[in-house]
Amino acid sequence: MAKHGPGHGPGGGFQKPKNLRSTLRRLMRYMGRYKPLLALVVVLLLVSSACTVGGSYLIRPLINDYILPGDFPGLARMLGIMALVYVSAAACSFGYSRIMVHISQNTVAKIREDLFDRMQDLPLKFFDSHTHGELMSRYTNDIETVSEALNNSFGSLVSCSLNFTGTILMMLVLSPLLTLITFAVLAVMLLVVKTVGSRSRRYFAQQQKALGEVNGYIEEMIEGQKVIKVFNHEAAAKEGFRTRNDAYRSASTRAQIFAGMMMPAMGNLSYLNYAITCCAGGILAIRSGDLGGLAAFLQYTRQVAQPITQISQQVNTVLSAVAGAERIFEVMETPLEPDEGKIQLVRAEPGQDGGVTRVHRDTGFWAWRKPDGQLIPLRGDVRFDGVVFGYDAEHTVLHNVSLFAKPGQKIAFVGSTGAGKTTITSLINRFYEIQDGTITYDGLDIRDISKESLRRSLGVVLQETHLFTGTVADNIRYGRLDASDEEVEAAARLAGADGFIRHLPQGYQTVLSGDGGSLSQGERQLLNIARAACANPPVLILDEATSSIDTRTETLIERGMDRLMAGRTVFVIAHRLSTVRNAKAIIVLEQGSIIERGDHDSLLAQKGRYYQLYTGLAELA
Amino acid sequence: MLKTLWPHARPYTPWILAGIACSAAEAIFELLIPLVMSDIVDVGIANADQAYILRKGALMVLLALCSLALGLGAAVASSVAGMGFGANLRRAEYDHIQTFAFSNIEKFSTASLVTRLTNDVNALQLSLMMSMRLMVRAPVMLVSALVLSIRISLQLSAVFLVALPLLTAIVAVILVRVGPLFRALQEKTDALNLVVQENLTGIRVVKSFVREDHEREKFRQRSHDLKSTSQRAFGAVVINMPLMMLIVYGTIIAVMWFGGQMVFAGTLEAGKLITYFTYISQILISLMMVSMIFMMFSRSIACAKRITEVLSESPSITDSAAKQEANGPAVPADGSITFDHVFFKYHTESSEWVLRDISLHIPSGKTVGILGGTGSGKTSLVSLIPRLYEANQGSVCVGGRPVADYTMEQLRESVSMVLQKNTLFTGTIRENLLWGRPDATEEQLWAACRAACADEFLERMPQGLDTDLGQGGVNVSGGQKQRLCIARAILKQPKVLILDDSTSAVDTATDAKIREAFAKELKDSTKLIIAQRVNSVRDADLILVMDGGEVVAQGVHEQLMKTCPIYQEVYQSQQEGVSLDG
Repeated sequence: MAKHGPGHGPGGGFQKPKNLRSTLRRLMRYMGRYKPLLALVVVLLLVSSACTVGGSYLIRPLINDYILPGDFPGLARMLGIMALVYVSAAACSFGYSRIMVHISQNTVAKIREDLFDRMQDLPLKFFDSHTHGELMSRYTNDIETVSEALNNSFGSLVSCSLNFTGTILMMLVLSPLLTLITFAVLAVMLLVVKTVGSRSRRYFAQQQKALGEVNGYIEEMIEGQKVIKVFNHEAAAKEGFRTRNDAYRSASTRAQIFAGMMMPAMGNLSYLNYAITCCAGGILAIRSGDLGGLAAFLQYTRQVAQPITQISQQVNTVLSAVAGAERIFEVMETPLEPDEGKIQLVRAEPGQDGGVTRVHRDTGFWAWRKPDGQLIPLRGDVRFDGVVFGYDAEHTVLHNVSLFAKPGQKIAFVGSTGAGKTTITSLINRFYEIQDGTITYDGLDIRDISKESLRRSLGVVLQETHLFTGTVADNIRYGRLDASDEEVEAAARLAGADGFIRHLPQGYQTVLSGDGGSLSQGERQLLNIARAACANPPVLILDEATSSIDTRTETLIERGMDRLMAGRTVFVIAHRLSTVRNAKAIIVLEQGSIIERGDHDSLLAQKGRYYQLYTGLAELA
Repeated sequence: MLKTLWPHARPYTPWILAGIACSAAEAIFELLIPLVMSDIVDVGIANADQAYILRKGALMVLLALCSLALGLGAAVASSVAGMGFGANLRRAEYDHIQTFAFSNIEKFSTASLVTRLTNDVNALQLSLMMSMRLMVRAPVMLVSALVLSIRISLQLSAVFLVALPLLTAIVAVILVRVGPLFRALQEKTDALNLVVQENLTGIRVVKSFVREDHEREKFRQRSHDLKSTSQRAFGAVVINMPLMMLIVYGTIIAVMWFGGQMVFAGTLEAGKLITYFTYISQILISLMMVSMIFMMFSRSIACAKRITEVLSESPSITDSAAKQEANGPAVPADGSITFDHVFFKYHTESSEWVLRDISLHIPSGKTVGILGGTGSGKTSLVSLIPRLYEANQGSVCVGGRPVADYTMEQLRESVSMVLQKNTLFTGTIRENLLWGRPDATEEQLWAACRAACADEFLERMPQGLDTDLGQGGVNVSGGQKQRLCIARAILKQPKVLILDDSTSAVDTATDAKIREAFAKELKDSTKLIIAQRVNSVRDADLILVMDGGEVVAQGVHEQLMKTCPIYQEVYQSQQEGVSLDG
């Protein structure tokens, strides 16, 4: 179940980042490569603010020196200057916004790609312990808030501070006395921001908590909707929802009232300022006759409060963006899958003396290349020696497992769900790290083989089929990206998938989407086998599909699997009698331990558990 | 869409009206202030009348205070209405989902239903609130500022004849241009998310085939697409602001030029000219607000659509055919079950039947085992009994009457089913068990737990039945969870009890004990047991073997072992594949 932390939804706000400074620094490092552009942005911001603030100052000489005396050529000149100032203000503002969009979108794309790159190298354990919803939310919610903040907030925070400082400066120049009034009102405003803000923050925290509860309840009830139906529990579910919904309603109403008060409070306080300034300025103007000065000052009075309101709003956006960035960086800091092995898989050709030589074409032979250049032919000899493993430290899943697969052998694992069959196969391709013992591959410790080479040498057909959006051919080619069309079709024929593919509307070019939703389970399984066939690996790991498929397809799959298995070392998690019977070795697992092993006949001859089960003599313990 | 949504806002009509009135009045009061200011300049300063200035100043302060009060009022009213509307809508949607049949739920998927109940409703309630604050304010501001400026000087107001159409045209052009860009942005975002989604679900495939680099390349392409599209979209948006600024400033300069001449000619006072500047910014700011509202609305419309979809989805199974008896709704007489040529599929458009021509009769009180591979139709078969789905053809009868004759409540009261994917809910174990029977006594609770073999671990828990389960029952193991779910189902004392592979995580000895307890405690109930383990069903009165949506054989164990080759094969493969821990 995806757990959404409170505040993931819109309208949320007050998520406090845990480590503001280091996250900000890291975010800044991402923008570091745009230093020259950022410098340009700052310059443009400065010019734009200076022009905006300075433009209003021009009102004073306009009225005093040109309009009142009636100097029209001078007025025209002055207006020309004013137009110039304003045009540059607009141009600069356009310029910096455009550059910020460029910087922020590039930065966000870089963060996104780094996140994805990094995630590809994380161990499976990481994916097991995080829900998909949780990880998706890194890409959807978190990146989104970072993008929003970079797009708007950073620029507007800077420009607001600049405008504010500039406006105050100009007011001081125009009339220090009147500015005192503004200071007094600003002090009141700050007080309002502080008190309303802190209360509103408190109420917002309550709102988020209530929202979290409603969302949690909704999630739980919708997930369990079928159980609710079976138990006729709708009325109680409605009642439980109503209490939480009502609690959220009152908490959010209170929070929104306080948040909503900010705008009118600030706006009208600014009008109050305007009124008082107007009075005082009027009285002053009687003496000085500086009507233009008053007009300009009044214009500033209207502007001065705006940055405060905006900054108080943007701070929240920035804070939640930093919190989002923090969660993204957390994922990036997860330790990578260990991959210290140096031995590489190379194509080879058998020599006369039993040795091998490296070649660069497809010979069907492979070899391990040690760092010192020594080549060891790949034979497919896999051994477990005293392997101990658990998905977490407390629970051991495999206890002291030792087994061997000789080249070309087919090893079948049988045992109940949870006995550890899939776990063993996951260890061969080193999806997880073992706690004790060794796993060797042709005599080499798999930890000494580079992960890429190890996995390339193993073909896997998973019980659960996963197809990607793309054409049928693309999906088969997933096994070997440089496979030609002929090779793709050959793989499909080997798997027995060719027949149904040809019946698809566009054949191999049919586009699959939604995990191949338009195909039947059996057809998806066939594509899965074709994908492994296309990879043409020396060693195979098969998890037989348990899903019963119509008998005709099942025969097809069986035949495909058998053709695929021919001449290779195969580990198969068996669900079918025929697979078990013709396996070279059958390994019977029980609760993480091997209790019996041998081929079908020797196991029967042993007259042990396998024999009893096979002949139906076993009774319940 | 509005017709579906409005009823949920209707109870708040007074608040909405009050909010609208407040923000409209606030806007007008705000506009009166500059008008008074011009009096100060033109009368007060011109006549050097300090008393007049102070009097007018006091009037301005009063106006500002009124406007403040109205603004606060608007904040209160819009919050109450917006949040109230959200709460009502959320509840209506939630309640409506409670009436859904399984097929309705599957149509939307749980994840999408959760989003529609949470994010979408929140977005809508915010936009109602914001639009109450801005939607009215902006037009009122615009119109009154226009009226007032025309009153000051009709001649000077001619500048608006140029500025307004220009501004409107720009806003329109930007909206028209930006719309498709943002749609494209959404598409690119979806495409990117798809790669991540598929990567996450197929991570084992990716790692097995060493395709990390291939995936990276796919992602980088989508990421690059998204980047360039969003640069285009946001680039188009940022042009908005500077263009608006240009028009505002252009208007101010024009007013300066023409107004300056008028002031000199004596047809306009200087104070009025200053007032004029204020109005110009007000008018233009309101227009910008309007364009912002439009942007916000385009997002809300998407949310509203998704909510309306849920609200207008009609439940595919209803009580409409239920028969009334003399003393209330019909109640199943006993636990007998009859299928008569039943055909079933989940989607009417799919070509293959999930269940094909099923006919069988199960007398009341019998124990029936159902065997078959995954996908053979076992779960579908039993789901028809409590009417979780409806048969497409043929009839399903419980207690001698078609299931549709009963209300769903009565039917499901009599038919208890333990689902494959079962859920326990936040709360104590007791609270969860009481789902089965709200008025159960302590003894009944423990009896049910004993029958489900849950007593052994419950007794070891320090808080016993009052142990807190945590969300989704995280504090108990899989096997313990299954036993609690069984206990919950037993508490109902159902006429029919269905276990859908409900003991898969329970060890075999306990499994046997549970079945033994069933035979003793639930003598009169019909028991249907779907199991993976052959031994779980071999003592049953009747075993159904299913394959490809059909019941291919039925009988007792010994019979089937002799006559049914499929049963033998299933039996043996089950033994080897699954029961080796026996």
